[in-house]
Amino acid sequence: MKPLPRWADIVLMPLINIALAFVIVGIIVAVIGVDPGKALKLLVVGALGSSESIGYTLYYATNFIFTGLAVAVAFHAGLFNIGGEGQAYIGGLGCGLAILALDRYLPAWAMIPVAVAAAALFGAAWAAVPAWLQAWRGSHIVITTIMFNFVASALMVYLLVNVLIAPGSMTPQSRNFAASGKLPQVHELLDRLGFQVAPSALNLSIVLAIACCFLAWVFLWHTPWGYALRTMGHNPDAAIYAGTNLRRMTMLAMCLSGALAGFVGVNELMGVHQRIVLDFPAGYGFAGIAVSLMGRNHPLGIVLAALLFGALQQGGAELAFDVPTITREMVVVIQGLVILFCGALAHLPRPWLQYLLAPRAEP
Amino acid sequence: MNDAATLVLLTLAATLREATPLVLCAMGGLFSERSGIIDVGLEGKMLMAAFFAAAISAVTGSAWLGIAAAVAAAEVLALLHGFACITHRGNQVVSGVAINILSAGLTVVLGNAWFNRGGQTPALEAPGQRLLPLFFPGAGDNILMYVALASVPLTWWVITRTRFGLRLRAVGEMPLAVDTAGISVPGLRYRAVLLCGLLSGLAGAYLSIAQNAGFGRDMTAGQGFIALAAVIFGKWRPFPAFGACLMFGLLDAVAIRLQGVRVPGIGEVPVQLIQALPYLLTMFLLAGFIGRAIAPKAVGVPYEKEH
Repeated sequence: MKPLPRWADIVLMPLINIALAFVIVGIIVAVIGVDPGKALKLLVVGALGSSESIGYTLYYATNFIFTGLAVAVAFHAGLFNIGGEGQAYIGGLGCGLAILALDRYLPAWAMIPVAVAAAALFGAAWAAVPAWLQAWRGSHIVITTIMFNFVASALMVYLLVNVLIAPGSMTPQSRNFAASGKLPQVHELLDRLGFQVAPSALNLSIVLAIACCFLAWVFLWHTPWGYALRTMGHNPDAAIYAGTNLRRMTMLAMCLSGALAGFVGVNELMGVHQRIVLDFPAGYGFAGIAVSLMGRNHPLGIVLAALLFGALQQGGAELAFDVPTITREMVVVIQGLVILFCGALAHLPRPWLQYLLAPRAEP
Repeated sequence: MNDAATLVLLTLAATLREATPLVLCAMGGLFSERSGIIDVGLEGKMLMAAFFAAAISAVTGSAWLGIAAAVAAAEVLALLHGFACITHRGNQVVSGVAINILSAGLTVVLGNAWFNRGGQTPALEAPGQRLLPLFFPGAGDNILMYVALASVPLTWWVITRTRFGLRLRAVGEMPLAVDTAGISVPGLRYRAVLLCGLLSGLAGAYLSIAQNAGFGRDMTAGQGFIALAAVIFGKWRPFPAFGACLMFGLLDAVAIRLQGVRVPGIGEVPVQLIQALPYLLTMFLLAGFIGRAIAPKAVGVPYEKEH
């Protein structure tokens, strides 16, 4: 069989895979007794129907960009980081601890960069342990990153219940951040510029997310380190031959990946919750795998996939609100199916396409 | 003295109760991994099985139909995993992750649509809807606990003493050799994946209709991953994996008992630390600090037949 033309490989195959996933979603929606067409309409309106819903869509997309990039950077190095969930959690811890320690002394312009750096540092540190175990001790990174998700979750419950809990509070959460630990909301900024936009959770993290996309692109395709990292992912032997230190490259890739995942904490805690809370990563780390697979591990593709997932998250919430038989977990089902069809079954349509697109002999 | 004996017995019974789903799941994972198929999706299969067991038992009033439904649901996911990894040579970890996420979502979506209780199934109260203890009412020794205990020597026997087991191990170490001998690699791997589905299905049924009286969202809470850790901890061998399950079960039982208790000399032991211990211990093992865990050689590598 001949290989597919490039456009079919990059554009057509992913679209067919997503379409297959959504056909299954449509069947599930029909099975539980809701008209799929009506559900789709409610979902689209819920995601894009007003400036408020667009704001929320972009806010969710911010998280998906961070975790999608995190998976992609590790993936280019041939490493499968399933620990985004835990890295986001611990990244948020770092960001929150920095703010709790310093928010009374620093003004916002100094507090925000420190907190963002702390999120990156803690996320990177949480990814560094599995990376070190893989590079020096040979344990498999898939298993260790999974285990670290659970360890992170146990650690955060312990810290919030026993150490960080606000005095007098019944729920396990820290005290509120002071004003300097708050990221400006986009609707406030637009308001100052004279544009009236409905308030939403969208905050300046989205600028950080776009910057991360650009920097990841520059790093991966336009620096010697990125080149070495991708070489390692394609062919470790060639990378060794070219003089790359695979151990250090593993550390670098995983630390970058963990730092990116850690920024979810910035968006969630500094942008929305204003305190350290339980379970804020809420599956974004796992969804990052779907985002990265769908975006073909490229920053531009990841932005597009993250927008789709953000729209699904927001539209799904509205849909669940309007149609009581559908719950928000419908979005989780869609994520699972996208991972299945864009990841594990990615080559399902290939034989059909090869048959359809093969140049026919003239009769 | 009598008190101490009672305490030991109670802890032992609790350990067995906590270990039963881990043992079933671990034996399933062992079949899959020994054949060369990584199974990160144990958690998802168990969750889906737990949901269908409780749902069908609640609707029909029969725990046995619930078990059948649980096994069927887990087998569907196992076949999906096989279809993606064996037939289409997809990434086994990605497929497992997809199955986990799909199950986490689908159980709540279906549960909410069918029972309207926010993803929970109705409580199983009628006598036939649950599996009850057979001999010792206080110990919770229902039939699935004995199945779990029997599954360990059975798995050992199948893997080490039968022709199928020999071929299964061969296909996990060097599929080319098996193929050269004229035995179907996909055929063997599908059978392994189906055995895994059967056992993880029983584990799920145990959770929702034996240990508990109904399904709650995310009720597996990482036990599939602990079972996977036990497989690794037992170095992919049945009896050591069983030992690891018992140890993790004991940790669970102790964690429940120690909730809020002050231990003399140490103070209050954080329950979260005990809950994280299975993962931490497995990481220590994987890092080579406690012996060496060597996986089947061909695990995770799709087999491509030459044409």
